[in-house]
This record gives sequence, C-alpha cells and structure tokens, in this order.
Amino acid sequence: MIYLDNSATTKPYQEVIDSFTQVSEKYYGNPSSIHRTGAAAERLLWRARQQAAELLDVKEEEIVFTSGGTEGNNTAIKGIALAHQKRGRHIITSCIEHPSVLEACRGLEGLGFSVTYLPVNHQGLVDPAAVEAAITEETILISIMHVNNELGTIQPVEEIGKIAKQYPKLHFHVDHVQGFGKVPMPLTNSGIDLCTISGHKIHGLKGTGLLYAKKGTHLFPLMHGGGQEQSIRSGTENLAGTVSLVKALRLILEEQQKGKQHLLDMKERLWSCLDKTKQVSINSPAGHAPHIINISVPGFKPEVLIHALSEKGYYISTKSACSSKNEDVSAVLAACGMPESKSSSALRISLSYHNQQREIEGFCKALGETLHQFSEVMG
Amino acid sequence: MEPIYLDHAATTPVHPEVTKAMLPVLQEVFGNPSSVHHFGRKARQIIDEARRIIAGSIHANEKEIVFTSGGTEADNLAVVGTAMANRDRGMHVITTQIEHHATLHAAEYLEKQGFEITYLPVGSEGKVSVEELESALRDDTVLVSIMAVNNETGMVQPIKEMGKVLKGHPAYFHTDAVQAYGLMDINVDDWNVDLLTASSHKINGPKAGGFLYMREGVQVSALQYGGQQERKRRPGTENVSGIKGFQRAVELAVENRSERQQKYADFKQTFLQKLRQENVQFVVNGIETETVPAIVNISFPGTNVEALLTNFDLSGVAASSGSACTAGSIEPSHVLSAMFGKGDDRTINSIRFSFGLANTKDNVEEAAGRVASIVNRLAE
Ligand SMILES: Cc1ncc(COP(=O)(O)O)c(C=O)c1O
Ligand SMILES: Cc1ncc(COP(=O)(O)O)c(C=O)c1O
Repeated sequence: MIYLDNSATTKPYQEVIDSFTQVSEKYYGNPSSIHRTGAAAERLLWRARQQAAELLDVKEEEIVFTSGGTEGNNTAIKGIALAHQKRGRHIITSCIEHPSVLEACRGLEGLGFSVTYLPVNHQGLVDPAAVEAAITEETILISIMHVNNELGTIQPVEEIGKIAKQYPKLHFHVDHVQGFGKVPMPLTNSGIDLCTISGHKIHGLKGTGLLYAKKGTHLFPLMHGGGQEQSIRSGTENLAGTVSLVKALRLILEEQQKGKQHLLDMKERLWSCLDKTKQVSINSPAGHAPHIINISVPGFKPEVLIHALSEKGYYISTKSACSSKNEDVSAVLAACGMPESKSSSALRISLSYHNQQREIEGFCKALGETLHQFSEVMG
Repeated sequence: MEPIYLDHAATTPVHPEVTKAMLPVLQEVFGNPSSVHHFGRKARQIIDEARRIIAGSIHANEKEIVFTSGGTEADNLAVVGTAMANRDRGMHVITTQIEHHATLHAAEYLEKQGFEITYLPVGSEGKVSVEELESALRDDTVLVSIMAVNNETGMVQPIKEMGKVLKGHPAYFHTDAVQAYGLMDINVDDWNVDLLTASSHKINGPKAGGFLYMREGVQVSALQYGGQQERKRRPGTENVSGIKGFQRAVELAVENRSERQQKYADFKQTFLQKLRQENVQFVVNGIETETVPAIVNISFPGTNVEALLTNFDLSGVAASSGSACTAGSIEPSHVLSAMFGKGDDRTINSIRFSFGLANTKDNVEEAAGRVASIVNRLAE
C-alpha cells in the first residue's frame, strides 16, 4: 500500500512513538504538582519548550503547546480578535484558507467583526499589494497561510510580513501547518506575530501542535481554567504528546536538510508523467510546494478514480480531508477561477520524504492504466 | 526511599493495557478519519468503536459524545458554549463556589459577557444543598453547572436529587464528572443531566483526552471552528490513538469498578488507621462516608501546607494541597475557603491524598507511617 496523502496526515516517526510511550510511562506526573513527580514532569516540559524554541529560533515563552492546527488557528484568530476589539474590529484573510481559519473568521463576523476575504489569482496567490490596500485604521489582524493545503501554492508571507511590520498596531498570523518541514519560513524579524504548526502533518502525533506567539502578543484564551501555557491554553498539559511533537519538529527539520532534493526529484518525476497524461490537467502552480500536486481529470468523478487507484494500492485524496464530506466542488479551485469541470474533478497527491521514486513510477503507471480502462468503458 | 504516589486526583499513571492498546494504532492506523480511503476508514472505525463503548459507560447514545482535548475544554464547551448559544432565553447561570477552575473561570468569562452568575455556597461539610439550588433557580436561568465529585475533598454532590429539581425547569444541567467518572456508576438519564464532562488522564488513560456528553437537542456554540469533525461541535483532526487509549481506560474502569472501589476504600481506611495508631492529630474534611473512596482530604492542626508538602516530598510521598499551584506558591484552597471561611486554619493546613493504580496496601501503610512521623514532628 502506497500512501500519497501526506497532506491529510502522516505516519508518525517510530522515534516519535517511542518518545511518546516512554514519557507517558516514566513521567506521568502533573507539571502543576509541586512534588517531585510533578517537578520531573515540569522540568521535562520546560526542556521540550526550550528545544522547540531553539528549533524555531524563537524564545521559550513564545511557544504555546496546543492540541493541533485547528486549535492553534482558532487561538490565534479568536484570541487576537477578542483581546484587541477595542482597538478595531477588522480582519484580513484570503478566500483559500483552511476551514479552521475561514470558519473562525465567519464566527467573528457573527460577533460584529468585519472580515475582508482577499481573492487569489489563477495560481492561488494572494497579492501583497491587495493586502496593503485592504488595511484600515480598524484592522487588527492579517491571517494568511504559508502553503495552501490543496494546491501547494506558497503565499508571499515574507512580503506580507514586511507590510505588516509597518503597521505596528495589527498582528500577522500565518497558518504554517502544510509548510513546516517542507518550505522554510524564518520567524525572527519576519513581521509574523503568530504561527500555527500541527504535529500530525509532520510525522508527529494527532492531537499535538504548537502556536508561536511573539513576545508581547496579547491573546484572549479559547479555554479558561488552571492557567497553563501562560494562561493562553488551560488544561493539564499533554507532556508525552509535547515531547513527541518536539521530536517530530527536530526530525522533520533534519529531513528537510537531507531530503530536500529527493522530494523535489519525486515531484518532478510525478509532474512530468502527469503532464504527459492527456486527460490530466495540473492545477498546482509550477515551482511551488515540493510535496503537493493537485490535478483535475475532467469528466471523471474523483471518488471513482480514488477508489480504482486504491484497488491498485495507491492512496490519494480529493481536496482536503477536512472537507471531503462536502459536495465535490473545491472552493479553493473555484476561488482560483477554475471552471466547474476542473474544480469538481480534482485530486491531490501529496508526498513525504519517505516516499520512493519507484512508488511515484508505480503511481503514474496505475493512473495511466486506470484512465485507459475507464476511457475504454466510456467509449 | 521508595517514592509513593498519593496524588491520583491530580493525574494518574497510564495503565500498561492502555499503552498496549494505543501502540498498534500509533504505528499502523495513522490515517485521517476524514479521509475516504482505506487508511481513513480504519481510523474512523477506531473512533466509532470508542464512541460506542464510552457512550455505553454512561448509558448515553453515541451521537451524544463529543471528544475533546481534556476536561478543561469539555467544561468550557459546556459552560460557555451552552450559555452563549442560549442567551436569548436568559442570562442567568448557576454554579457553585467549589467547582474546578475550568468551570469557575469559564463562569467569570460569562460574567464579563453580561451574564449573571449565582455561585452556590457550601456548608462546612462541602456539600451543595439541593434547597439552595431550588431557591436560586429563576425563570431566566439557562444553565446549572455543578460538579459530581469535588476534586479536593472527594465529596459526592447530590446530582441525582438536583436532576429531579431541574426536571421541570428548562435550564440545561451540566455536571463536571471528572473525579466521578470511572469510580461511580453513572447513568445520565438517572441523573437527568444534559451535559457531562470526563477526562482521560484521571482514569489511567492518556493525557489530552476527554469528552463532553451532550444530550441530543442541546444547543451549544462551539469554542473552535473548522472542519466537520465531531459534528462541528469540536473541529480538528481527531486524536485517534488518544481516543483508543481512553476507550481502553474506560473499559478497564468499568470492568474493575467495584473491585477498585473496594480497594481504594480499603486504602483509605488503612491510611487513616495508621495515622490514628501513630497518634496523629487530624480531622477529615468533609463527611468521610460521603466521599469517593479514592480521595481523602485531611487537616493537620498546628501545621502548614507548604512545610507538610515539602517534607512529604522529601520523604518520597507525593500528595497535594488540592488547589492548583502557580509557580510553586500555594494559594489557600478556594474549596476549603468556601467550606470553612477565608482565613480558617484548615485552609492552610490541609492535604489531599488520593489513591489509585500506583498504590498497594503496603505502600499506603508505609506512606501513612512517613506522613505520621512528619506531622508529629511538625505539629509539636
Ligand atoms: C493548512 C491547514 N491548516 C490547519 C489544519 C488543521 O490542523 P489539525 O488537523 O491539526 O487540526 C490543516 C489540516 O487539516 C491544514 O491543512
Ligand atoms: C473536577 C475537575 N474538573 C476538570 C478538570 C480538568 O481536566 P483536564 O486536566 O483534563 O483539563 C480537573 C482536573 O484537573 C478536575 O479535577
């Protein structure tokens, strides 16, 4: 079975599983307890925080451990909105964000905030000039993702960061869930105030994640309680999950160093075979994220192709896992101005460093055969 | 000296069976439950099964279980979520002075949103009175949130009686059952509760797991927005292995409930017996016969919490003052303050001991011996 759906979720590293089980066996104390069992847990939590900070090149107090990408995005967006609403009630985002960003913004609209959903061009790109033009006196937050989860489009976050810097009153949040470990994005001096990372997209465990919140960024908490994570995120800490997350951060960054070319080579191989397949059109812009290729096969129902490919042992997806239950049309592709023939027949192939060239070749062959069979049936 | 853990109300060791159940899921069932392919379906099956078993453990329907990242999140979803979704029906909420901070701070947030909150008091025995609840109820009360078992004293609250009182009232009834779940036989219909919170790490499951039971038809506004997971009440990719571990912990708790109850009751008696034998001066806070067997809260006259805890810890005994400690400083417990009044000695000389998986009769007796000699020394 060849898994090519790594943007939906990834297989945890064995080392990640090992550190999870070891920590949950040996360090079961509650870090808030003052006895030695608790203190040992607290020290380990602190070390994990230090390491995470080191890996991201930020300060320890800027790391908030969360239960995942959705919580990170909600904490950032609702957190800024509710903490700074006296200053202004305007938010800027794009129309191709992940539902955890879009829906959080829609929820805030219900509370009286106004949201600008910036359009994207046919490649799925947000125009930094449009971001700047949308800024008003009332703007408190810009939330733009780094790598789009359906197309792999890399947004110009560096440029947007430079713009954001000129407006010290507003905050800039980046959903880095798909980009981390694949497409570098330095945080220091970037103009980025908040950045979301999710464990299970980087071979870590589900239910783990972190939010970078630049020192001095005031957030209203999503959950109230014991005041853990500097009161931004109450609830007994998931120590084993956290340690395993830091392990995943370290390992994926190492792989990013070592495996960059391997990933690019696989993508290139995949691209050229897809490009040659006449029923297929490639939706992803060339030269963007090294691990995501989105294609359309007009005239074919995506579920049918997915099913046929899985019978051959290859696992890919329609758009994003989160919205797989919705109708066929991809809102992201539609926003890029693609006709319904394309936006309703999209498939996503997403790679990890652990895939092999021969798996890509096998996939290309299987896709070719599948399309051939169906074409014959359909005459 | 062998460390002895008597702080199971703070958190519990993960049961080896739980880790064993999680491992294959971590290693093999890594799909995203929302994915339509094989990997996704396998993961979905695990969640479905866990939901069925966990729903069964409180006699609920599986549709009524919302998995969360823990007790704190479930309490917040219950308290903030229902109040906000039903604010057009009324802006009055009833809770108690002895709730966990997750509920109390959520209630304080509601106050800032314009809600009026009644914090029911407790008497010196630490029990919320059904009559007080009855007289606090108003036409515009939308939510009543009262814990099933207090985490500091172990006092069981009269949830079933309160459920009866609330039967004729439209307010939703939420109970934080974090300290009750696993040890008590819970039937949500019997208790007549609409919402119920449980947490995995208190019953030997993995940390960062929990659920909110929501009776069918209860309206809540979600704390987080995103995908379709948990029918939008709690979006975010599901923690599949954590949910599997929680399920296993629940199965073990249900299977061994009466055995555990007896065992912990026995531990408690052994512990208290030893203190008496050693002529320790102490008073049990609350009504001993109305506490869960796993928790005992003891006041040691003439001592002080910080000195006690430090010395216990040096002797290898892990216990707690019951209240959450921030950065090593120990605030007088809000629960004991509610019971005895602010400034009462018992608020600064009481310790919570809580029993569980890490205990045997022998190590409980050994711990009691160490506690006795420390108290006798400090109380001189
Ligand atoms: C871009 C993006 N943001 C956020 C999320 C949500 O992360 P999580 O699944 O950890 O809640 C996802 C994945 O589903 C994603 O692809
Ligand atoms: C009664 C009670 N409610 C809620 C909680 C919070 O649960 P969690 O630690 O899973 O967030 C706790 C434990 O800390 C508790 O004892």
